[in-house]
Amino acid sequence: MFSRVMLVVLSLGAVTATAACGSEGTSSVSAVAAASPSSAPAALSITDPWVKTAKKGMTAAFGTLVNNSDSDVTVIAGSTPAAPMVELHEVVESKGKMVMRPKKGGFVVPAHGSHVLQPGGDHIMVMDVPSEIKPGSEVPFTLELKGGGTYTFTALGKDFAGAKENYQPGADMGGMDE
Amino acid sequence: MSERHDEAERLSRPRLSRRALLSGGAVVAAAATSGAVVARASADDTSTAGRTVDPEGNSPRATAVEPFYGAHQAGVATAPQAHAAFVAFDLRSGSDRESVARLMRVLTDDARRITQGQPALADTEPHLAVLPARLTVTFGFGPGLFAATKTSDQRPESVAPLPAFGIDRLKERWTGGDLLVQICADDPLTVTHALRVLVKDARSFAKVRWTQRGFRRAAHSQQPHTTQRNVMGQLDGTVNPVAGTPDFDRAVWFAGEQEWLRGGTTLVLRRIRAEMETWDAADTVAKEFTIGRRLTDGAPLTGAREHDEPDLARLTPAGLPVISEYAHIRRAHVADPGARILRRVYNYDEGVSADGTADTGLLFASYQADIARQFIPIQQRLAEADLLNEWTTPIGSAVFAVPPGCGPKGWIGETLLS
Repeated sequence: MFSRVMLVVLSLGAVTATAACGSEGTSSVSAVAAASPSSAPAALSITDPWVKTAKKGMTAAFGTLVNNSDSDVTVIAGSTPAAPMVELHEVVESKGKMVMRPKKGGFVVPAHGSHVLQPGGDHIMVMDVPSEIKPGSEVPFTLELKGGGTYTFTALGKDFAGAKENYQPGADMGGMDE
Repeated sequence: MSERHDEAERLSRPRLSRRALLSGGAVVAAAATSGAVVARASADDTSTAGRTVDPEGNSPRATAVEPFYGAHQAGVATAPQAHAAFVAFDLRSGSDRESVARLMRVLTDDARRITQGQPALADTEPHLAVLPARLTVTFGFGPGLFAATKTSDQRPESVAPLPAFGIDRLKERWTGGDLLVQICADDPLTVTHALRVLVKDARSFAKVRWTQRGFRRAAHSQQPHTTQRNVMGQLDGTVNPVAGTPDFDRAVWFAGEQEWLRGGTTLVLRRIRAEMETWDAADTVAKEFTIGRRLTDGAPLTGAREHDEPDLARLTPAGLPVISEYAHIRRAHVADPGARILRRVYNYDEGVSADGTADTGLLFASYQADIARQFIPIQQRLAEADLLNEWTTPIGSAVFAVPPGCGPKGWIGETLLS
């Protein structure tokens, strides 16, 4: 009987340790994102920001937008010194194919909620990249928010096999947010 | 039993957060429907009433985390995990200080996440990251990295290929390397995931030169700090500096003139083949005479217990040394505890030939403050005359400077490359 109880207690440690790791990781990650000065209202932040490396042309940036305020925050545009053109994209099904297109109304980050930007889902599209975005480079992005205000963060350049600009029909688009 | 209970409590208590409790609650709900056992909260812990077993059955050792940030890199003073992969890279031609700095920023970002049980950025297998099992990722810089980044004036002189020893039968495929990544965890799948993540992020910058995998007893098999046995059956690592002691700090952490390496160390990785066929032909008395220790418990032939100090002066009734002039422990003996090396060794076992010969031996990972002062004299004495040489053959050799650790906003190698 005693050993049964011990088993339970030991496993209990596992549950809380795992959960606590999650919260710890999040806080340290947002510290990285916040490393660059931000002119934003404190409401919006991003965790785990990264940008897919590219020689030139198109690529995309990803991360999790987090809204700590009592009202929704809407991202309406973005920009980066690494490219002349940035769009806020979604990936949707059209005539049996997954296609990406500008997202009408931008990204709405709900009050006290988050909005995931990931390959196969909503993402910050970076176009006409003139010179290589290299692995390990730190690429600044500025997001424009509805009602004025901006939010600036730095994304880490990462090699990534997926997130092709032309999605293949039938490819797994898993994890789309909307 | 009560010790384990305390360990579980230590793991859980200081980290309790609202979020942890909420996820705990979700687990309760899931467990209730799946019929898992629900624990009674202890009397002094009412806030967490109703916590339950992890329905996925993860053990606390699987979720255990080694700190990443600190004055020293993890994976040196860390109690050795059960599994290891050492991977060495050669930098691509055209590499320079700027590109190697970017490489180290990416690899540091990977390491700080996966060691804490978080997926790497752009991790294609994020679910493999959730059980770190004390994962550590440790980086080392070989001579070629200093050359590529034009920092050779910052390379300690002895961070260079070792002098040739008569016993060496080195093979190119196990020798050298510009950048080392040492990956250790108590779970082999965790090691595999970490290796995949780090190799994917390194390959724009470098080619893989070699990979060496090793193992010790499984994490649950013995109490921590039990001396491990190698594939020849010997207790291996009895006289090792003990982490947290002044002798350890003096023996391991670099204190030379290159300031960027303070808080770091050096690593010599030797691949040592065990000649099992001929070792099998030796009887127990011969094996113990060779080492100078008993096989049963590792006690010196002049002592009763493993950690008894060998009496190198004691003679047999016939007037010969009890511990032979050529016994391994006499040849390897270093009187000053602060001048010893830290052996953090792993066994390897790569398969069996058609005639049953094992390709097996030891990944001899030796950490020391100063290779010239500590490692080379020992190796020289062993190479000159060590009875064990008949059954062991060095077939690989690589040397690295292991930079100090970093803080949350830093990266490994910044003291050299930024």
